[in-house]
Amino acid sequence: MNITINGQDLTFDQKLSIKNFLDTKNINMDSVVVELNQTIIPSEKYHTTWLTHNDKLEILRFVGGG
Amino acid sequence: MNDDIFEIGGKKLSSRLFIGTGKYASDSMIPKVCKSTGACVITVALRRVDFNAITDNVMQHIPSHMQLMPNTSGARTSDEAIRIARLARATGCGNWIKIEVITDNKYLLPDGYQTAKATEVLTKEGFAVFPYINPDLYVARDLVNAGAVAIMPLGAPIGTNRGIRTEEMINILIDDIDLPIIVDAGIGKPSHACQAMEAGADACLVNTAIATSDNPVLMGKAFADAVHAGRNAFLAKMGVTRQMASASSPLTGFIHNIDEGQE
Repeated sequence: MNITINGQDLTFDQKLSIKNFLDTKNINMDSVVVELNQTIIPSEKYHTTWLTHNDKLEILRFVGGG
Repeated sequence: MNDDIFEIGGKKLSSRLFIGTGKYASDSMIPKVCKSTGACVITVALRRVDFNAITDNVMQHIPSHMQLMPNTSGARTSDEAIRIARLARATGCGNWIKIEVITDNKYLLPDGYQTAKATEVLTKEGFAVFPYINPDLYVARDLVNAGAVAIMPLGAPIGTNRGIRTEEMINILIDDIDLPIIVDAGIGKPSHACQAMEAGADACLVNTAIATSDNPVLMGKAFADAVHAGRNAFLAKMGVTRQMASASSPLTGFIHNIDEGQE
């Protein structure tokens, strides 16, 4: 399945939850906020939210700014 | 003891200097600047995680007592600003949001119309909205009607350190707008912040001038002192200005009146 994550088109062969993806990138769940197809996903649902073909996932976090 | 408490957005602040987290050579400097400034409010931005870069998490450097003020930088429309604001709140950082809607890449000047539209929507959703604008009276009035909790006019374009170039327009907002005025952007040195506070601004937001100085901790302290001095001067009320001299010493009893014949 093809999924666009942070603007990048990626292909995955296996079933994947948001939490699975964050784990593969060693990203702490508490340090990010996630939006799937422009809907904010609460962190407690990361492990039960499965990605599907053509999903658009945004994973964001705070950075320095003024 | 500081009895000049700044109440805004449901909080009571002991400092009228707001600081940013951008442009530090090392984010490890941030907690030291929080301490040296005594600031209570700190801004952050929201960005995509870069999976190819090992980056520091700025949040680990922000002391827990600080009030976070996420900004919507990167937004080009009201819809984008609204989206960023909702994402920021979903992090659990609270309901404060600084609205920035900018399409001009050269001067980074904010779009007042889009800012007002975003403010109206977000206020209804329970956000405490701090809009960053050009110091324009009509836009400011729209923002009052839209439910903003403060107005954040720019002194000069972001990051320019050019000072309060919009002084006359900011003074009009201070005079006419019944919301706190927080001067943001362009403040390059402590005297600029002091100038804004003397004029009656309620607070200043400073990022670049502190973060890019050779000694951000000391510069932060200098800004805190300047904001405090300017605020005290405003509260004390300045003496009148005149064209002609007005002697500070008595104009009688000069020594040449006694020693006649001497020059």
